[in-house]
Formats: sequence, C-alpha cells, structure tokens
Amino acid sequence: MAGTIRVCDTCRFQSIAGAIAQANKGDTVLVYPGVYRESNIQVDKSLYVVGINYPRVDVQQQGYGFVLKGDSITLKGFEIYDVEQSYVKEYAAVLVRRCTTFVVEDLRIRRAFFGILAEKSSSGVIRDNRISGVYRTEADAGNGIHLWHCKHMRIEGNVVHHMRDGIYFEFVSRSVIEHNHSHDNVRYGLHFMFSNNDEYHDNIFERNGAGVAVMFSKYIHMRRNVFRDNWGVASYGLLLKEIYDATITDNHFIRNTIGINIDGSTRIRYERNLFQANGWAVRILGASYQNDFSENNFLHNTFDVAFSGRETTVRFVRNYWSDYTGYDLDRDGYGDVPYRPVKLFSYIVNQVPEAMVLLRSLFVGLINFSEKVSPVFTPDNLVDSKPAMRAYDIEVR
Amino acid sequence: MIQIRGLTKTFGKLRVLDDLHLDIAESRVTAILGPNGSGKTTLIKSILGMVVPDKGDVWIDGTSVRGQWAYRRNISYMSQIANFPANLRVREVVDMIREIRQQPAPNMDEIVRRLGVGRFWNKQMQHLSGGMRQKVNVLLTFMFDTPIYILDEPTTGLDPLALMHLKELIVQRKAQGRTILITSHIMGFVEEMAQHVAFLVEGRLYFDGSLEELKQRTGTDTLEQSIAEIIKRNYAAV
Amino acid sequence: MQLYKIVRYVIRDLLRSRWTYVYFAFYYLLGMVLLFINRDLSKAVITLMNIITILTPLIGTVFGVMYYYNSREFIQLLLAQPLRRDMLFSGQYIGVSLSLSLSLILGLGIPFSMYGVLYSGVIWDFAVLLVIGGFLTFIFVGLALVVALANDNRIKGFGYAIFLWLAFAVVYDGLFLLGLLYFRDYPLEKFALGGVLVNPIDLSRILILLKLDIAALMGFTGAVFKKVFGTSVGMIMAFGALLLWVWIPWQLMLWYARRKDF
Repeated sequence: MAGTIRVCDTCRFQSIAGAIAQANKGDTVLVYPGVYRESNIQVDKSLYVVGINYPRVDVQQQGYGFVLKGDSITLKGFEIYDVEQSYVKEYAAVLVRRCTTFVVEDLRIRRAFFGILAEKSSSGVIRDNRISGVYRTEADAGNGIHLWHCKHMRIEGNVVHHMRDGIYFEFVSRSVIEHNHSHDNVRYGLHFMFSNNDEYHDNIFERNGAGVAVMFSKYIHMRRNVFRDNWGVASYGLLLKEIYDATITDNHFIRNTIGINIDGSTRIRYERNLFQANGWAVRILGASYQNDFSENNFLHNTFDVAFSGRETTVRFVRNYWSDYTGYDLDRDGYGDVPYRPVKLFSYIVNQVPEAMVLLRSLFVGLINFSEKVSPVFTPDNLVDSKPAMRAYDIEVR
Repeated sequence: MIQIRGLTKTFGKLRVLDDLHLDIAESRVTAILGPNGSGKTTLIKSILGMVVPDKGDVWIDGTSVRGQWAYRRNISYMSQIANFPANLRVREVVDMIREIRQQPAPNMDEIVRRLGVGRFWNKQMQHLSGGMRQKVNVLLTFMFDTPIYILDEPTTGLDPLALMHLKELIVQRKAQGRTILITSHIMGFVEEMAQHVAFLVEGRLYFDGSLEELKQRTGTDTLEQSIAEIIKRNYAAV
Repeated sequence: MQLYKIVRYVIRDLLRSRWTYVYFAFYYLLGMVLLFINRDLSKAVITLMNIITILTPLIGTVFGVMYYYNSREFIQLLLAQPLRRDMLFSGQYIGVSLSLSLSLILGLGIPFSMYGVLYSGVIWDFAVLLVIGGFLTFIFVGLALVVALANDNRIKGFGYAIFLWLAFAVVYDGLFLLGLLYFRDYPLEKFALGGVLVNPIDLSRILILLKLDIAALMGFTGAVFKKVFGTSVGMIMAFGALLLWVWIPWQLMLWYARRKDF
C-alpha cells in the first residue's frame, strides 16, 4: 500500500526534500501552503509530489527547483520562483532528466531562467503550467518549455510568456503540442529544431519577437493554430527553414509583418488557412519545391505573395483573394480569369524598401494595373488559375 | 471731407488713374463725370478700398483708408451693377447687410413702401428683373443714415416713379448735410442733383468746380453740351 | 464675430445650392454601393481610402474654384461693407470647406453606420478616414481659392486648379518613385519621409497606412522609419504637417486677397 507523507510547518516534515528522501516508491507527498526555501529538490523515484493551494518554492537563485529522474513521477500544484541565472548551465524550475511516463502539471513558475527542461525523456505530459520570465534580452533569458532528445511527449494547455522561446523542441519526435498560449517571448513562441513526426494544433502564438520557427525538421503537422501580431524586421507568423513534408492547415495568420516565411522548404501543403491583414501573407525565398496552396483565404494583406529566388515551384489553386476583381460567368464558384498574387510594386519594394511610402497611391495602382494587363516583371507561372469567388469558412477554437 | 492725393492705378498696361488729386467737400452733392474709361469707378472703388491703388492715398476726415475697414461704416455704396448672390431672397440680403453693419436702419420701412419692394420681398435674387434689383440696391443704400453716400450710376434700369423716389432721397440727404458722390451718364439727372462737378479724363482731373463755372468755361447752356464740348476738345487734342 | 457671420451666410447659401446635395448624394450612393458590393466593412474601408485620398481633393478643387467664380457678386457686395477682407475670405474658405466636409461625413457616415460601423472594429479606421477627408477638403479648397483669386479668367482658373490636383495626386508620386529608384544606392529614409510630407495627399495616405498596413511598415530596418511608424511620432508628425498644409494655402489665399482689386 502506498502511503501519504505530509509537509507543512507543523508536520513531521517541514522540508519537501526531507519528505521525498523518506518516501517509498509509489507514495504521495502532500505539500501544504507555505514558503519553502529549497532548491535542487531531487525526485528520483516514482512518487506523486502534489502541492495544495500552490505552496511556494523559493529557489533563492541557487540552481534548479526540482530535479526529476526516473519513472512514473508526478509533480503538481507548486509555485516556483527565483531560479538561478547562468551563462553556463541551463537552470530550470523543473529539470526532467531521463524520465519516462512523468507528469508535470499545474505549476506556476515565475522569474524563471528556464521553466521546464526535459532531457532524454519519453512519454511525459507537461500540462496546464504557467511559466513567465523576466523580459530581458535573448542572451540572458531561457526557454519556457525546453525539450531535448525526447519522444512521445504531450505539451498541453500551458501559458508561457516573457521567456526566450516559449516552447523549444530539439531532437523531439512523435510528440504533440496543443492548446498552449505562448506570447510576448523575446525570440520564438515555438521553436522546432531537428524534430520529426510531431504535430502542434490549437495553440495561440502572439506578439513574440520572431513568431514561430520550424527548422530542419520533417513530417510536422500544424493545425488550427493562431499566429498573430508578430511585428518587426525579422518577425514572422511562421518561419519555415529547411522543412520537408509538412502540412499546414486551418491556421490563422493575422497582422504579422510576414505571415509565413518559406525558406528552402519542400513538399509542404497549405490548406484552408486564413491570412488576414499581414504585411506579406506569404514570402517565398529560394530553393523551395512543391509548395501547394489551396483553399486558403487571403484577406486584405498589404502584399499577398512576395517571391525571390528562381529555383522554386509554388502552386496556387482555389484560394480566395480579397483583391481579386475577376468574374465567374460559368458560375462554377471560381473566377474565369486567373489571379496574380505577386504585384509589380512588391518587386519595387524589394529593390527599394523606402518606396513603401508610396503604397496604395494612385500612381502605384496605375503601374500595378498596367502590369496586370500585360505582365512584364511578374513570373507567368505564379498565378492562381482557379481563384475562389467566396471566402472559405475557416474556424479555429 | 474726402481727400484724394496722388492716386495712381494701372490695370496691366492701362493707366486708369494717373496721379489724381481731388478734394470732395462735405455736405454737398459732387458729380464725378468723364468719358467711358476715364477712371470714375476705379476712383470710387479706391475710396471704398475695393481697389488697392499703386500709389497715392485716400484720406477721409484726416485718416488714410489704406488697409482700414471700419470707416466703411460711414459710407453707403450703391454699386453700378446690381448683382446680388443669386440664391438669396431680398429679405435675406437686407437682413444680412443689416446684421453685418449693426447700424439702425431708420428709413427702411418707408423706402420699402415707396419703392414697392414688399411685392418681391421673399423672392430669390435670381428671379428679379434688373429694375427690381436696382430698387433693392436703392433700399440697401438709403436705409442707413451715414455721413457719406456713393452712388455709381444709380439711375440704371429704374422706372420713372422709382427714379423720382431716388431723387427725393438724394435731395432729402443733401438737406440733412450728407456728403454725396454720384457718377452718371444721364446729364439731366446730374444737373438736377449736383452742385459740384469733378471731371476726369484719362485718369486725371480735368475740371473741378461748380456747375455754373463749368458752363461758363465751355460757353454752353446745358451740362450735356459742356460735357460734349470737353470730350470733343480732348479727343481733338489727341 | 464677423468670421462667424460670414461662415454662416456661406453655408446657408450653399445649403440652397444643388451642388451641395449632389456631393452629398454622391457620397451616400458611393457608400451604399461599396457596402452592397463588398458586404465587408474592412474591404469597403480600404476601397474608401483610395476614393478619399483622390476624390475629396478633386471635388474640393472643383467646388472651390466654382464657388469663387459664382460668388463674385457676394464678395463685391460685402467688400463695400465694414468688414475686414481677411475675415471675408477666411469666412468663405471655412464656409465652403466646412459644408463640403459635412457632406462627406454625413454622406458616408449614414450608410456606414447603418451597416454597423459604430459597433465594429473598423470604427477608428473609418473615423480617421473621415477626418483625413475633412483635412484634404480644407487643403484643396484653399489651393483652389488661391488659383481662382490669381486668375480672373474662369477657364484658365479651372485648368490650373485641375492641373494642380493632378500634380499632387499622380504626377508627384511618379517623379518621387523615379527619384527613389534612381538614388537607390543612397540612404533614402529621410528623403522618402520628407517627400511624403511635401504632398498632402501622400501625407493622408501615410496616416491611413499607419492604420491599415502597420504590419508591413514594421518590416523596415531603418531606425527613422521605425521611430516614425512604430511610435506615435508618425501620427503626430503627419497630423502636424496636415495642419501646416491647411494653414499655408489659407495664408497664401489671404495674401492674394489683400492685393486684389474687385
């Protein structure tokens, strides 16, 4: 029979570490409200460590908060703050090292360096945590939820803000990220590196320094996420770099400087996404092949598509473009005249960025129109041959 | 007392007033006469400040009018062509001028009655005949009691009855000691109204004196003849 | 006081004029048609921007010139009254501009508020649009009055005024773009911003862009652009420049009026 060990001011155990040391495998350690000035609390056996009403763990800038190691560990319901900052070690409120089937749940992590850091672990759940850092610079901030060499992980319902990257994946496979809210992080809201066969859906990423980046990864599926209000010189709703075989469906890209920036990515399907009020809805750089856009809505973006680099195959079909002015005489729901999403002015702005001040002027309208009537500069093959006459209904949560 | 000193005005190449000096005495009717294009209207508009002279100045009671506006309170002006904003009704024009001038209009009702302006009181200006408009012009000029009256071709378009009323008004004002300035091509009218004549030729003062003096000098019986005589002489000289 | 009276007469006069209603009806129908075609407030607001930055200056220009030539009697009548010339002409200027602005605001405001703009997210975009339309009306009525005062010949006056509009609306931007392309190897930030300040139509456009296209504008590396577009500096600067643009033609008009013979 598993026992229960209580930790409080008047209990037998006044320290969490002390209680854990005495606990047997399978026991529950119940921690009552109070301030526990403890750091580097080692949980190295299968336990349920549960805080009641968020007892406070003050790490006092001394290394880690909790360190989890082993199988079947649950950590739940604490408030953890003042994790040590370091330029050499990645101190985290919770370090998960070589664990399987663990649950890290309902933590409130403040003034974190790293929030939850998982290494070489699998089959874990990181759920409903709130993680925030002190907004400083990229160099001295850590990541909110940082996974390295993990698989079969589930990151769910967390709120992460004012960290370096909200959620960071490196060598993580077959994992799911869902229903998280990652905002106001210094660098990326979500960052994938060398991670394959993952999916993320129903997340909200907003006001992050550079949006969301998916790099050097394969078979990533992105669904029903919201990417919005990422403004700045190198700011994207979504940055794709060296990505293969991904699907991007039913997402909202709203008010980003660049909705999706595509760099050297191949075999990507973009379906039923909404691009609204972005500076550039889609920017395609060189060496990207078989990028297929269909049934997306492009609404009121400053530029729908910008395009540089020749070695590229992009296909647009059946998208809705709010700038489309054609007609549908055969009433099949698609315009009879192809739509050219690349405007001449977008080329000019590419050459001379300052020319942007002439955006939406009558003169620019005239040259765009003349280019539309007889294209000289814009590529012939970059057209939507079946532009939809009506916008699609694209819902996210 | 209106003093005109060295007044010069050119429109393009045309010199309309050429170093004109003239005193217009108070409490009498002075007629400004001259052939077409001799500068009569320009002189009047200079006094009113509607034309900005190139050189010289107009002094009223010892004060220069240049850049001034309040002195126009003392002047009632009847323009040569009775043009009014087409959309406005007679009543509105009268109300507007009264509101702008903020002066009592003691003679208004009487003049309205005598000229029969009441019949088209609520009509828009664009629907009035030339004569009707001229009646409105007379009303706007004489409804105020001001020290100076300037009438530019006041008889144009008036029917005999209205003309009679106009003459009565002028006589009445003269009797009250007002300074009145008239230009007209109807010499009978001038002879009847004016005691004093200033005669302009090509922007210069050719003659300034009483009617009698003018007749004496030209050796003619009527004003009309003397004017004709002057014009003839002048153009013969040219 | 004098100014107020004259403004009132001018507006009363214009309320009788067919053209005020034509202008109002034009905007009303335009608003209705836009909403009917688009069924989408955001899109209608964008289309409206093009119309406002191009059409209000044109209408202001034509109406200003026309009004001046048609109101010469009114001016003559009032010049003989104890009124300051400055007040008379300022009054006309304000009266014409104000009634045109009202036609614009009511003409567009009614259909758009019927479509629920008041309760939608674009209410501020729409409001900024109308305010800018008002500014442009004032600016171009002022310029039109300057041209009209300087030209007694109606046909010439109309011609010059239309040319002035064309210059601001199209020609200037064309030359400006050529300049930018030609000097692309030099730092152009300040030149680009300065060039925009010089033209009231461009200035208004930038103000609207700050609302509609801020995401794209934030994609610049330049520090000056960043400051101008990223903070309230741009808004304040642009509105300041617009005010200056109202003031300059106004003063120019008074300068001409003081020297003119009637």
